[in-house]
Amino acid sequence: MSRFETVLILSALWCLLAASSGARAVVETYEFSSQDLEARYHLLSQELRCPKCQNQNIADSNAPIARDLRVVLFEQLEAGATDDEILAFMVARYGEFVRYRPGVDRQTLLLWASPGLLLVLGAAGLIRHFRQRRDRTLGLLTDAEQDQIEQLLREPRA
Amino acid sequence: MRAKKFIPLVAFVLLTGLLFRGLSIDPTALPAARLGQPFPPFAQPELLSGDEISDAALTPKPALVNVWATWCYSCRVEHPYLLSLAEQGIPIYGLNYKDDSAKARDWLEQLGDPYRLNIVDVEGSVGLDLGVYGAPETYVLDADGYIVHRHVGVLDEAVFTRDFSRWFPVDALPKRMPAIGVGL
Repeated sequence: MSRFETVLILSALWCLLAASSGARAVVETYEFSSQDLEARYHLLSQELRCPKCQNQNIADSNAPIARDLRVVLFEQLEAGATDDEILAFMVARYGEFVRYRPGVDRQTLLLWASPGLLLVLGAAGLIRHFRQRRDRTLGLLTDAEQDQIEQLLREPRA
Repeated sequence: MRAKKFIPLVAFVLLTGLLFRGLSIDPTALPAARLGQPFPPFAQPELLSGDEISDAALTPKPALVNVWATWCYSCRVEHPYLLSLAEQGIPIYGLNYKDDSAKARDWLEQLGDPYRLNIVDVEGSVGLDLGVYGAPETYVLDADGYIVHRHVGVLDEAVFTRDFSRWFPVDALPKRMPAIGVGL
């Protein structure tokens, strides 16, 4: 098989996968009194995590508890609750865990800070790497090489 | 300079330690959001009497609140142990979670009834307020009625001794144990 064919087959498979994932969400009918509520329902149900099947949001999950939470979400939206109130209701019962975007507190601080930390670490590494390369191309000695020379010079001749 | 040589080793040890620790963490364990709070207020029927009961009915304490249902296989597994806890005088209140009440009554009649009372929660609303996401789950209410511990899954003697017994010191239990068959 040529390389081109392999790429072709892989991309076809990828398209298939992408197409099927769109149809994965649970089908349920709720009669919303306004389109705005419906839009918020979809947003929130994708942002709330199913406590039972932990890598699905409640929109995708078939677990009974996810269905219960969808019903609660629908009822609270219709009753006029704000997004914050609904999230607070869920968090009071299932903890910050239930949100895919948990609030910043002591427990989640590291989680929120890690992208920034990794970026800084990566940038520091890159800068170091490029400096060393520049020094080498300029014919400059690295600190290690300088040390080595000094040590050799200091050594008494045998 | 020589210290530099050990950086990969140190990194390896740290990473291995982290991953090894990860092996013993249960990824399905959820933090219990209701810890330190009183049992959520409710007004539901009682399973056997049919009377409406509220959270005030959960006395005496400290006590266990056991979430169970006839559709839950693990509940059948832990049932004999609940019976033995009840026999030792530990108050257990049942939360009959999303169940068929007739089936639940049959179950208690056939397998024995460890519960002081049972909250009927067909809709799962008490469960939702409590943060239940499956059955069985067992909660500890301390003497003041606060939720101090949650266990998800089958409750057995090892779990009880490890996580529950501190709230149920042996001498504080009411002596309801029949004086037979306990030869040491």
